[in-house]
Amino acid sequence: MKLTLWTYEGPTHVGAMRVATAMKGLHYVLHAPQGDTYADLLFTMIERRNHRPPVTYTTFQARDLGGDTANLFKDAAREAYNRFKPQAMIVGASCTAELIQDDPGGLAQALGLPIPVIPLDLPSYQRKENFGADETFLQIVRALARPMARTEAITCNLLGATGLGFRHRDDVAEVTKLLGLMGITVNVCAPMGATPHDITRMGAAHFNVLLYPETGEAAARYLEKTCNQPFTKAVPIGVGATRDFLHEISGITGISAKVDETGLRLPWWSASVDSTYLTGKRVYIFGDATHVMAAARIAATEIGFEVVGMGCYNREYARPMRTAAKAYGLEALISDDYLEVEADIARLQPEMILGTQMERHIGKRLGIPCAVISAPVHVQDFPARYSPQMGFEGANVIFDTWIHPLVMGLEEHLLTMFREDFEFHDGAGASHHGGKAQSRPETPVEPVEASGGDISGQMNDTGAPGDPAWLPDAERELRKIPFFVRGKAKRNTEKYAAERGMAAISVDTLYEAKAHYAR
Amino acid sequence: MSLDLPATGCRDTPVLKQRGQREVFCGLTGIIWLHRKMQDAFFLVVGSRTCAHLLQAAAGVMIFAEPRFGTAILEEKDLAGLADANVELDREVGRLLARRPDIRQLFLVGSCPSEVIKLDLARAAERLNGQHSPHVRVYNYSGSGIETTFTQGEDACLAAMVPSLPATTARELLIVGALPDVVEDQALNLLRALGIPVTRTLPAHRHSELPAVGENTVFALVQPFLGDTHAALTRRGARHIPAPFPFGEEGTTAWLRAVAEEFGVSRDHFEAVTAAPRARAQKAIAAAALTLSGKSVFFFPDSQLEIPLARFLTRECGMTAIEVGTPYLQTGIVGPDLDMLAEGPTISEGQDVDLQLDRARAARPDLTVCGLGLANPLEAEGLSTKWAIELVFTPVHFYEQAGDLASLFARPLRRKAILSQGASA
Repeated sequence: MKLTLWTYEGPTHVGAMRVATAMKGLHYVLHAPQGDTYADLLFTMIERRNHRPPVTYTTFQARDLGGDTANLFKDAAREAYNRFKPQAMIVGASCTAELIQDDPGGLAQALGLPIPVIPLDLPSYQRKENFGADETFLQIVRALARPMARTEAITCNLLGATGLGFRHRDDVAEVTKLLGLMGITVNVCAPMGATPHDITRMGAAHFNVLLYPETGEAAARYLEKTCNQPFTKAVPIGVGATRDFLHEISGITGISAKVDETGLRLPWWSASVDSTYLTGKRVYIFGDATHVMAAARIAATEIGFEVVGMGCYNREYARPMRTAAKAYGLEALISDDYLEVEADIARLQPEMILGTQMERHIGKRLGIPCAVISAPVHVQDFPARYSPQMGFEGANVIFDTWIHPLVMGLEEHLLTMFREDFEFHDGAGASHHGGKAQSRPETPVEPVEASGGDISGQMNDTGAPGDPAWLPDAERELRKIPFFVRGKAKRNTEKYAAERGMAAISVDTLYEAKAHYAR
Repeated sequence: MSLDLPATGCRDTPVLKQRGQREVFCGLTGIIWLHRKMQDAFFLVVGSRTCAHLLQAAAGVMIFAEPRFGTAILEEKDLAGLADANVELDREVGRLLARRPDIRQLFLVGSCPSEVIKLDLARAAERLNGQHSPHVRVYNYSGSGIETTFTQGEDACLAAMVPSLPATTARELLIVGALPDVVEDQALNLLRALGIPVTRTLPAHRHSELPAVGENTVFALVQPFLGDTHAALTRRGARHIPAPFPFGEEGTTAWLRAVAEEFGVSRDHFEAVTAAPRARAQKAIAAAALTLSGKSVFFFPDSQLEIPLARFLTRECGMTAIEVGTPYLQTGIVGPDLDMLAEGPTISEGQDVDLQLDRARAARPDLTVCGLGLANPLEAEGLSTKWAIELVFTPVHFYEQAGDLASLFARPLRRKAILSQGASA
């Protein structure tokens, strides 16, 4: 038993729904109580879908439990077939139905429906949403895809795009465009947009593009084995990764990786003088492993941030995540407990967070700007405009998205120079953001008690006994440092003082530490 | 004033009952508003990852201050042996209460999985009460989807509190049902102005403010879904004041009048106290009724508010009801509203969502009141919808909110008119 307040991933059957909802002509009959129908609104509200997810729930009640829940399932499956006439059906149980052990797979087979019926076995009490999606897609591919003659022209399948994915809609469009630049067309994109009939012709592609390992890797491995289709390992998020991706495809197909990069702006946007203010900004990155590893590379090598912490919530990818973190001299945080992530961020005091909607809230609490890079998704993660993460346009989008929450270059300097200006002070926040600017309180910085007060703004770290104490002068000086670097200055100074066994921090200590950590 | 009843109401209308997929929330959803209403309570769901995910999804935008609810997620090893699950539960509760010393009431909330494995939360609550009283009072109820639908979760929660409420012989009025604070204050002010002696509320903001109950207690419900709470209070000797529910000017007046008559308030005094707010409510409703009048409405089952709301929309806003679906029809509680709702609409209880969608598509109502899973798909088919859940998350009771309630229904129609003009320009 584990106490959870907020979760990064939903249950396994929601993963299966992400696959079913992304596809066409497939129906999911889910043995589940009525409350589980809430999952429909994830798709109709968050993603603004204009159709109900293709899911029939048996909605058994307590009074059915002693009786015949199995027949309830059979009736629901039969009626779903008659009403929706799908090309194929997936059947399974949610967490509650798993406990009553009705065997939806066997029951559905017994109906003798004239379509493929694919049973799902998704252990709700051990695994989570991403596993559910990955496993469901695998079972569909396993049931329907066969080796077959290859298309004459070089084609590929795109694997792993689902419903409720982070920018999957636009990534599919962007990668399709990118492959088009090499003269490669897409045979089948699945699950997103594919019918069961389309799955049967996946074997005709020459290779597979694995867009999202979290939700497509099992199918990619299966197709590699049974249809002899190699799959791409590079995920084209960021400039370098996109070029790696093109080279990998070149290796598979023999087609030149040289493509037109006219629309790519990120490198010059990073190199132009305005971006000097981005150099060395300390960022913390958390989300699903694929997006975090890609973001770390972009942050460290394509924008010039310093990655001070990174991790992921999906344990399945802990190993590659740890390896990636080592390259930045970091120990990866692998956790699905957001309180642990919050503590890590509070400890590291980054100047920016690249995370999920959960980290966006953490950032709000700690007063640290945040850009969202990964699922779990929120209605804001389905913008009306085209905004992929993958390919060259994806790199452009990422530059804009990450830079937006920060205080801009010249503004940063002005805040540093005239930080006590009554209107243009750091408490007012970045000028291009919403929220009412507040004038600085008339009273000058009041003397602080020896305990230190709440000098980091939002942090509530009660210093352990033995930690160096801030002298009033030093604390006043610390408050003059603009908010977006104050956390770092505080942390560095305390570290500097503690390492030298100092009992008190004076103004001198503050500036000695500043010189010590200068870069 | 006597109510202007229709020649034939809906109390005896045959009820359409179909059995199929129910597209509704489970009772856990009530935690979203109950945990804000009771400021020293924590709701601990004993359930699965699905329960945690539901609460997160139902909260919509995540309310990210550390919420006063959480889910103790059952894992494989808990399912293997029950003794183990009890030990684990005690440990999680101990940790939680250590971290949140401000918590004075703890609700152990049963879920579908905990009910199916027959985890005895009543015994667990008793055991935990032994460990943590008097500082924390531990209750249990089931919000499981195999036993409760949406607002029934609040009913189960309040019913669980009734047996341990202190006893009293005082003649007091008890208002039952969670109301937004502003609305509760308005209601209490009105009752005070009418001269009703002592009025208490269930739920209360804090454990220390919980009401006492006894055979001289009379109670009025402000929510129509409180059947079990009604029964529990009756068992404590309290007496229910039947009334239409306080939605709209007419419903509020009828509700207040029933209470006033119980306490012998004179007709003149009643008129003097209610005249001004009644006039304001009528004026505010009239503005929205311009949009609603002559339009048809179709209710999918959701919160059990459907019957009183249909009564309000048909009588005060000039709408025609085509179908009024409700998850459960508690005639004993919504009887007065059924009497006032003129015959005509189909009254349906329970649901086969696909068949009900067929009926809605055939009827093409001007406004469909439905859950979030159905709203966008129906909008895409050209039907205007009102999300039913907003009706339990918005202040809609009593006089000063009557206009807001009407405009909640008018807004989708106004939006459609604006957007269709914009597109053709």
